[in-house]
Amino acid sequence: MKKRAYFTSGYLPYFLILPQVLVTAAFFYWPALQGLVQSFMRSDPFGFHNTFIWFDNFIALFTDPLYIKSICLTFFFSASMAITSISIGLLIATMANRALKAKALIRTLLIWPYAVAPAISGILWLFLLHPSYGVVAIAIKRWIGIDWNPILNGKDALFMVIIASSWKEISYNFIFFLAGMQAIPGSLIEAAAMDGASPFIRFWRITLPLLSPTLFFVIVMNIIHSFFETFGVIHVMTQGGPGGATNILVYKVYQDGFIGLNLGSSSAQSIVLMSLIIVITVLQFKYIERKVQYAG
Amino acid sequence: MVEKTPILDTLTYIFLMLGIAIVGFPIIYSIIAATLPLEQVSKVPMPLIPGDQLWVNIQTAWVKGNLGSNLFNSFIMASGITIGKIIVSMFGAFSIVYFDYRLRTVAFVTVFCTLMLPVEVRILPTYEMAANLFGPLQSVWNALHLDGLVSWIARHEVEVTLEWSLLDSYTGLILPLVASATCTFLFRQFFLTIPEELCEAAKMDGASPMIFFRKILFPLSKTNIAALVVIEFVYGWNQYLWPLLITTNPKMLTAVIGLQYIIPAADDLPYWNVALAGSLIVMLPPVLLVIFMQRYFIKGLVEPEK
Repeated sequence: MKKRAYFTSGYLPYFLILPQVLVTAAFFYWPALQGLVQSFMRSDPFGFHNTFIWFDNFIALFTDPLYIKSICLTFFFSASMAITSISIGLLIATMANRALKAKALIRTLLIWPYAVAPAISGILWLFLLHPSYGVVAIAIKRWIGIDWNPILNGKDALFMVIIASSWKEISYNFIFFLAGMQAIPGSLIEAAAMDGASPFIRFWRITLPLLSPTLFFVIVMNIIHSFFETFGVIHVMTQGGPGGATNILVYKVYQDGFIGLNLGSSSAQSIVLMSLIIVITVLQFKYIERKVQYAG
Repeated sequence: MVEKTPILDTLTYIFLMLGIAIVGFPIIYSIIAATLPLEQVSKVPMPLIPGDQLWVNIQTAWVKGNLGSNLFNSFIMASGITIGKIIVSMFGAFSIVYFDYRLRTVAFVTVFCTLMLPVEVRILPTYEMAANLFGPLQSVWNALHLDGLVSWIARHEVEVTLEWSLLDSYTGLILPLVASATCTFLFRQFFLTIPEELCEAAKMDGASPMIFFRKILFPLSKTNIAALVVIEFVYGWNQYLWPLLITTNPKMLTAVIGLQYIIPAADDLPYWNVALAGSLIVMLPPVLLVIFMQRYFIKGLVEPEK
């Protein structure tokens, strides 16, 4: 952690770390503490009276069918988005890693969606999937024969948000998978080829196991992105509707807190979200240390 | 590759083309839509030959979406976050790696506990904090009943209210997002790979810590800084929830937030050409940055994972 050679000068190190500590304290620790306190309180919408009510907010939350629905929805959304974007990202990265010509061009053409804001991705897909003008919507209607209407139909709306969020995530995953594959020593692949392993066997037996740390990292990041970064997508595309069909947890915190002004419930929801993230982070560190290892 | 597999090679390129098409399709289609007049864009199916209305649509979007001021705000916000984060985290990492002091571990743990907590999980309290940055001081003040003390000293009723609101200000847009452990973590990892001898030599030559920082550490970190500039600028530019909460004044809107006012609603005329022209303009700065600084960007993105 610390270098063998270091400086020892009285106040300077404190002075250097001070801005970071101040900002962290002001915008992480204090709000987190406030949220925790608030989640045990019932307050009137004007914030004049607070009553301490123990776990009532949490009990109310977990007995609320709407909240349970939102949890299930979030997990479904998260899993669909991760599976779609990881499988496409992995496939494209494998191919790009095999390509001999125009590598730089291919990479450039595939990474730029990373820089598109989630909300803008939402706008693009809102147009493409628009029930009356969208070209993809027309294709769905004609070829699959579904009466596609994300404005009225909850399932269609959920599908639409998943597509818009996955699209952007593909390039994020692609970047990591390609970097991971390029880090695998060529000699390993060559040795396997000499032993007569076909390209597919080589992928399953060598590339994929060696890629497992990257894969795990990408899964965790995809889950986190699907939980939080999709806020913009939802806000632009559906506002949680129709009928709460796309009201994932982070959107519900915003709606209940800022629009519904139910401070206690919103804080309790924040605490639940925070705990979820902490669990995921701890799991990530434990899992990375133990299970995912280079086979070689 | 290792052996010759003509069929597989063909397949590779076919899949690649397909992948690029899937990734690029929404944007190509939107660019075409942005060049068409209203009656063509609302035709079903929309014609795939670009029209000549791009400039007109951009102008309409510029006026309707107030893009000039919004883009300026986004630019200030994104640059502020980028510069702020880099300065704060570089000094932080320097302090943690190159100094030995009593509270070093405490500082390290305090900062890194926040590694994974995005602004979204603590929306309300962070908003309250931004609404009055002196909130915590006020609580302490009230808890200690200092009002009473001051009144007693001053011999008349005194009520002290401490207030410093960050709502609708650039500081409010920037400051809360500067708090992030990811950059500090990246610099820390990088500083740990710098050979010890450099620091030893500098010390032997009698360099003070700040001279070492300016003459050795900073020049060595240039690539990392470049990588972070790309990542953090894109991060700052694309922020959504925070600017949505903290700005109510239309003059303080950021470009991404402002776009929601030019999306045609259900009962509007379907001005998708204008909405898409606006969206393309707003997404251009970060996309160009990522494309032109690709090498640094990928390095910065992939490195912390290791």
